[in-house]
Formats: sequence, C-alpha cells, structure tokens
Amino acid sequence: MTEDYAALVRDDRVHTMLYRDPAIFDDEMERIFKQAWIWVGHDSELPGANSFKTAHVGRQPVIVTRDKAGAVHVLLNRCRHRAASVCERKKGKASVFVCPYHGWSYDVDGGLRKVPFADGYREPVDKADHSLIALRTECYNGMIFATFDDAIMPLAEWLGPARKWIDLFMKQGAGFGVKTLGEHRFRFPGNWKIQLENTTDAYHFPIVHKTFLSSLDEDTENLMDVLGQGGWVEDLGNGHSVMVMIPDLIDLEENLDAPIPDRFAALAAELAAEGHDDDQVRRIVRAVGGSGFNLNLFPNVACSMAFFRVLRPVAVNETEIQHIAIGMDGGPEAANRARLRLHEHFQGPMGFGTPDDAEGWERVQRGAAAGDALWVMLNRGVDAPDGRPEPGHEAGDVSAETGMRAAYQMWKRMMTA
Amino acid sequence: MSVDMATAGISMAGAQEFIWREADMLDRLDYREWLKLWTAEGEYIVPIERDVDDHAGALNILHDDAEMREARVKRLLSGFSMSSAPPARTVRTVSRFVMLKTAPERVKLRCAMHIVEYKYDRTRLLAADVTYRLNVTPGGIALDRKIVQLVNSDDAQFGIGYLL
Ligand code: FES
Ligand SMILES: [Fe+2]
Repeated sequence: MTEDYAALVRDDRVHTMLYRDPAIFDDEMERIFKQAWIWVGHDSELPGANSFKTAHVGRQPVIVTRDKAGAVHVLLNRCRHRAASVCERKKGKASVFVCPYHGWSYDVDGGLRKVPFADGYREPVDKADHSLIALRTECYNGMIFATFDDAIMPLAEWLGPARKWIDLFMKQGAGFGVKTLGEHRFRFPGNWKIQLENTTDAYHFPIVHKTFLSSLDEDTENLMDVLGQGGWVEDLGNGHSVMVMIPDLIDLEENLDAPIPDRFAALAAELAAEGHDDDQVRRIVRAVGGSGFNLNLFPNVACSMAFFRVLRPVAVNETEIQHIAIGMDGGPEAANRARLRLHEHFQGPMGFGTPDDAEGWERVQRGAAAGDALWVMLNRGVDAPDGRPEPGHEAGDVSAETGMRAAYQMWKRMMTA
Repeated sequence: MSVDMATAGISMAGAQEFIWREADMLDRLDYREWLKLWTAEGEYIVPIERDVDDHAGALNILHDDAEMREARVKRLLSGFSMSSAPPARTVRTVSRFVMLKTAPERVKLRCAMHIVEYKYDRTRLLAADVTYRLNVTPGGIALDRKIVQLVNSDDAQFGIGYLL
C-alpha cells in the first residue's frame, strides 16, 4: 500500500489529496473500479438480438451486447490477436464483430469465430482460448452492471435496500416500461468523486441553480424549493444513498387524484384528446415530471429524479458524464416529447443547470490545488441519528452530507481491503 | 436590412452580412439585440445526433422556441449563473457559405463556423456546420431557423456558458 488510506477518510471529512493525487487515482481504478459492480447500460439500450453499445468499466473500454437468446454480455473491446479495438461505434446492430486489422471475427457472446489465413499457424488457433474477455454481468430491473471481480457478492445483495428505490424510480415508465431517449455527454476537468458527491448535495441547489429556478413558473419553482419540502438523506449501505427532495414524488403511483399542475395542462389535454382515459392521463402526466429523489449508487451511476447520471473517471483531474434521458417505452409521443424538453431545459452542456454544476466542480478541483494539509468538510448533518430524518432535528434534513459520508466510508472500505 | 428588392428576395451578400452581424452580436454578448433578429416562430437548435430530421422527437443539446430563447438570454445575462458570469470569451468566424434554397420570401443556406473560446487559462476550439433559414419580413431579414451541428456533437462537450 502506497498510502495509509484509512487516515485520509474520517467520519466527517476527507483529505484534499483524494481529489488530486494521481497515485490514489491509479489505486482507485484497481481497488474500486475493478472490484465493484459498475453500471454499463440500461436494457432498452439493447433493443433485441444482436444489438450492442460501447461503454467503459473504469478505464477499460467494453462492448455490451445482447445475443439471440436475449442474454447480455459485457466484453473487453480488445482483439485477442494484437489488441486492436473491435468496435468503435457507440451503439448499433451487429451479428459479428470483425477486427479491422487482420480480420479475426467474434460472435456477440465474444466467441472467436474465424481467423483468416489460418494455415499460417502451425497448430490451429485454439478458439476457446481466444474469446473476447467477458466480464461477469448481472441486471436488476433493467439496470445492467458488470464487474472484473468474480468473487464479488451478487448484484442484488450489493444493491441491498437501494433496490426498493430503483423500483420506485422505474415507475416513471407509467406502466409502459422505461426506455432511454438519448443522452448528453460532457466532461469537466476535475476528480470523479466531486461529481459523485454532487448527486447527493441538495445544499448547492438553491445557490448554483438560482437561474434555473427563476426560469420556472411559480408553482414549479415552489416545487423545486428542495430545501423546504421536508426531505432527507439516507445511507443505504455499500456506499449507496438516497436523497429525497420532494417526498410527495417518491411513489408516482400515489396521489393520482391530486390536481394536474398548470405546466402539464396542455399535455394532459393532448393525451385526453388522443383517447387516454382520465386515470391514464393522470398516471402518465405524474410520471412525466419525474421522481422526487436522487438515488446514488456507488461508484458510477445515479437514478437522478428523471434521468440516469453516469460518471466515468478519465484521469485524476478529468471526468466524463452522461445524462441519459428516459421516457416511456411505447408510451404516448406527446409525453416523451415533453420529457425531452424538460431534460434539455436543465441538463447537458447548454442546459440551464448542468453548465453551472460543471463550473462548480471545476472550481473545486482548482481550489483543491491549494493547501496540502487541508480537509474537505462533510460534516453537515453529522449529528443526525443514523443518517435518518427525525422530525424537529434540523441536522437530518435533505441538505445533510450523509450521502457523501456513506460513499467515502465505502471508498475507505474498498481502498483498505 | 439588406432585402434586395430588385430580386424580391435575399441575396447571398445580404445573407452573409446578416450572419456576420449576428456573429458579432454573439461575441459581444449583445443578446438582447440578438433576440430581436428572430421571427416569432423561429427555432434555435443544437442537435446531438447527426442526420436527424425530427429534432423535436430527439434529444438535443438545445431546442429553443421564442420563450426558451428569452429565458436563456435572461439566465445568461443575470449575473447569477456561475458558468456565464463571466462566460468564456469567444471569437468566432463564419465562412464557406453555400446557398441551399432560394424563394422570394426566404432562403436556406449552410456555412462553417469556428469559435475559439478562452477561460481559466485554457483555449478551446469549437467547429460547426450551421444551417440558416432566413425570412423576408417587413422589417428586413429575420432568423427563422438556426441549426448548429457541432463537428463533435455526439461526443462529450464541456459546459458552454454562451450562445452558439
Ligand atoms: S489485431 Fe485484431 S486481427 Fe490482428
Ligand atoms: Fe446541481
């Protein structure tokens, strides 16, 4: 061990070096990103047999494929001959992956199919021994995860109580099922953990997102007053946490008889005109607005109100982020269009929210260059009992840094294991 | 301005002059004047995917009608948005104009745009194909649609705190 990592994470603070030491970053890639369940995609990104997408597990490029039987495979994107990448497309359909360099071809499950001019080898190439390397892959409610660690606990156990929140989040499908609709990708020059923290940071919302809030109608602005809704943050174990900002929107199948907000009146009318009955209209409209919580899954994905937020560590001071829009699979077009416009309003490199977040995170990285013995303070709400809300106990409110503390305790566990 | 009454339409020179004036406005952050260049139905779009026809049915980096443009300008000039107070400084050039369609009441043309931006001791380069639809109106030329297709639109961007 190059450092005493346990000493860099305390119960209520972490050391600045966690943002800026390249040696720590290298160790994180080995000890966390190779030993955790890493999110690589959503079921709907692989529509049908022979569909694929490319992704990363930590620093390593992978292809996520679906075979004819419907099984999902996560394969290292590296030819077993002399290492060329076998796929450079973001997504698509392919029944075979042919390496462009010398033409070795692979089945969608990674098996080596053919080697051109095979008689140039004294012994035939042992196909079983030259498949694309497959990672262990498991799914939960449409979320696909992969890991380099064959000994890791099953995904369901890794997620633990977070599963309940994933199920709640997927109610945005309004009975149609959840489907990805497109994604924003952007980078910021800063450490990945700055982004991980942010998904469970309600404290910044009214400050950083003031201009987003003031672009909303009055009712929506009141709804998005996330510090004033009686929300809370819970540590869900294994580094996961949930931050409930709008308790009324935890379960999208409840309160369906509440009045439809003004901003969705036109959508509701359009849906009714298309022949959806009143119950359906209410269910769809409530789902369009998204969930009232951010579920942060350690280390690389969040179910964030109305979209998936995925982070990819590139370097100690560089992180790539995807904000993946979701909608209703086969649901009304008007509803999905409304979701797209809502997503564009806040998210992405020119959204009303994201650029300010990204600038804030960059400022953290720039500021962290100063002070060698200083700590990053995570003590907000530290007095809350068990990271749970308690009526009248201010320390346990939604702006508590409970979710960050949960993530860093997991960081410590994995880095010192 | 520059509606060529002789041909009862918009000339290449007239269109270029309009687009250069727009580029200059955007570099100078003269966003309120920029809003006035638009028709009421005008659409301002920065797509993600290439070769998309139905932009409204796809996720975009930006897909603004008049109301959203107005809100965006208000946000960018408010002084409360950390990414745009101040934004990166920009210098842009627009060139390689190709007229795609001409009609008495409107033209459609495509051009290349290069933006150099600077902030935090870092200089970045953005390039885009831009398609304009310009209408003849009683007040002169007006912007009816602008689609900015960044050369790397389907790859990761950095935060963009100004208008393209
Ligand atoms: S590197 Fe792939 S076939 Fe040679
Ligand atoms: Fe934010």
